[in-house]
Amino acid sequence: MVSFVLSDTKSASQPPSAAAYLVDRAFFVAAAAGAFAIIALVAYIVWEIGGQALPAISKNGAAFLVNTRWDVQGHSFGILPQIWGTLYSSLVALLIGGFIGITIAIFLTQDFLPPHVAIAFRTLIEMLAAIPSVVFGLWGIFVVIPFIRPGADWLHDHLGFIPFFGTSLSGPGMLPAVIVLAIMVLPTVAAISQDAIGLVPYKIKEAAYGMGTTRWEAILKVIVPTASGGIFSALVLGFGRALGETMALAMLIGNSNQISLSLFSPANTLASLLASNFPEASQIERQALMYAALVLLAITLVVNVLGTMILLWTSRKIAKA
Amino acid sequence: MKRNLTLVMAAMVALATQMSQANADDLRLVGSGASFPFPIYSAWFKAFSQKTPGVTVDYQAKGSGAGIQDLINNTVDFAASDAAMTPEQIAKVERGVVLLPMTAGEIVLAYNLPDKPKELKLPRDVYPDIFLGKITRWNDPRIAAANPGVKFPDLPITVVRRSDSSGTTFVFTKHLAAISPEFKDKVGQGTTVNWPASDKIVAAPKNDGVTATIKQTPGAIGYIEWGYAKLTKADVAVLQNKSGKYVAAGGEGGALALASAEFPADLIVWVDDPTDPGAYPIASFTWQLFYQKQDAKKAEFLRQLVEYGLTDGQKIADSMGYIPLPAKVVEKVKAASAKIQ
Repeated sequence: MVSFVLSDTKSASQPPSAAAYLVDRAFFVAAAAGAFAIIALVAYIVWEIGGQALPAISKNGAAFLVNTRWDVQGHSFGILPQIWGTLYSSLVALLIGGFIGITIAIFLTQDFLPPHVAIAFRTLIEMLAAIPSVVFGLWGIFVVIPFIRPGADWLHDHLGFIPFFGTSLSGPGMLPAVIVLAIMVLPTVAAISQDAIGLVPYKIKEAAYGMGTTRWEAILKVIVPTASGGIFSALVLGFGRALGETMALAMLIGNSNQISLSLFSPANTLASLLASNFPEASQIERQALMYAALVLLAITLVVNVLGTMILLWTSRKIAKA
Repeated sequence: MKRNLTLVMAAMVALATQMSQANADDLRLVGSGASFPFPIYSAWFKAFSQKTPGVTVDYQAKGSGAGIQDLINNTVDFAASDAAMTPEQIAKVERGVVLLPMTAGEIVLAYNLPDKPKELKLPRDVYPDIFLGKITRWNDPRIAAANPGVKFPDLPITVVRRSDSSGTTFVFTKHLAAISPEFKDKVGQGTTVNWPASDKIVAAPKNDGVTATIKQTPGAIGYIEWGYAKLTKADVAVLQNKSGKYVAAGGEGGALALASAEFPADLIVWVDDPTDPGAYPIASFTWQLFYQKQDAKKAEFLRQLVEYGLTDGQKIADSMGYIPLPAKVVEKVKAASAKIQ
């Protein structure tokens, strides 16, 4: 029991009561325990997956990262096509989803719409995040693929010499996967970009107008650059979301272990490989899948840590400004 | 929101208590495994649970491999597998295994062509080459030669395969390996195999994923269970058998294919390439797996379950797209089921 003896007894301020002190300590302990539990959980997951992957790591080594065959019978495993497919699909999806997401964020924050309409819009876009992955996958198969087929065929026939259109679209492939993935990362990018743009102090905008800029000059040359750090971290988080997406991609990407620049060619991703092969994997394949999971975890972790660091860095910079 | 949650929780707890009271002396038989026979198994198990008071049968269609794993880990009362079990797997089950073929099915090649030609004929030397990626266009002279009068479009052939490990792939690749030495060398056989690398070979999860992809892709061909093709009204190819005859799936062909099977003592038999002139070429049994040592009460009901599947169960097989077991097979399986003790 700690007590403070104050000389000025007339003062209105009181030393904290025992109860208040207890509540304070209890809250601190609970918060700290929660925070450490999350860190411990992540560590435990890495340790557990790593432990199960250990036989595969010692057997396949770094060659696992550059081999291109997933041979269950011959027990030789490699995930280069999956790493390529994961990064390629996420990057292209981010290009599309990111562009649209940032455009939406500007549109909703810069007084283009009456405030209540903007809120309705925002809610609508955030609802996209609530649609189950499987539904996106089915929508991709039954709507997106038939819709893009004529355009894809035309591009392949006329511009087939460009590597991106080098093969004809069979159905499932990189492009339908990327389009659906872009829609899936859109809510993440749009929501965080809106917050970032909203963080730009109003006086900066006023100052820009004061200097005689037009509305678009103010948006593109002053507001967006000021919020660029936050927008960038929105993109990084969207990228992390795209890397880990599983079910919709397993249904749309064609699950073919190929490395191709062509947007119309089937490919594979790490998450899709795990989802497809895990349920019936033998002991040895399971270890290799754990290794692949570890690689996916590492890629995602690096991307997320990078995103968080950039977010911290920007909010500090804006707070100073 | 929180209040709603509390209400829902309360309702669930009430429901759970009620259920456990109603079925206080209920016996649950838990099984898992193959997804291909799931439609017919679930019909059997539902009917069996209804006509046998006090017994409920739960079956989870996790896939053959997962079912075998569950059986080895002692987490189920029975399992099911399209790929039977390997001797190594059987050795891992300490309580001993009884494998009983319970029904059989055919695998068909479903296709999607713009003009929807019916009864597309595929010769015995052509369809392995399609799955090897050697025949790549529909207007290939070898396909046209087998189908006089049909005009084929100048369209690439997109092969759709299973992306997950599957008993269907096992049976299909086993057949292709039996009739094409090149397929055996290059691709091999198994629940997952190394398909040739090609941007015209795509993979989709599960029987329904493959079916949907075929339906959405002009020029696609893929292997699925006959039951699924029937359900989705997909066009399926007529295949040439060992005797050179073209036989359609469904009807007599499946039963004739299985008739030639000679069962060894463990009841594991494969019909890689049936010899009967009227046989459909790709057919296989599918097995239920039981422990030899089981507690007496469960064993009693599991034997009844097998009995039900072999008698009443066989009657609905044909209408659901499966092949009823030949009478002599039923006798053998019934005799073997006595080993579940």
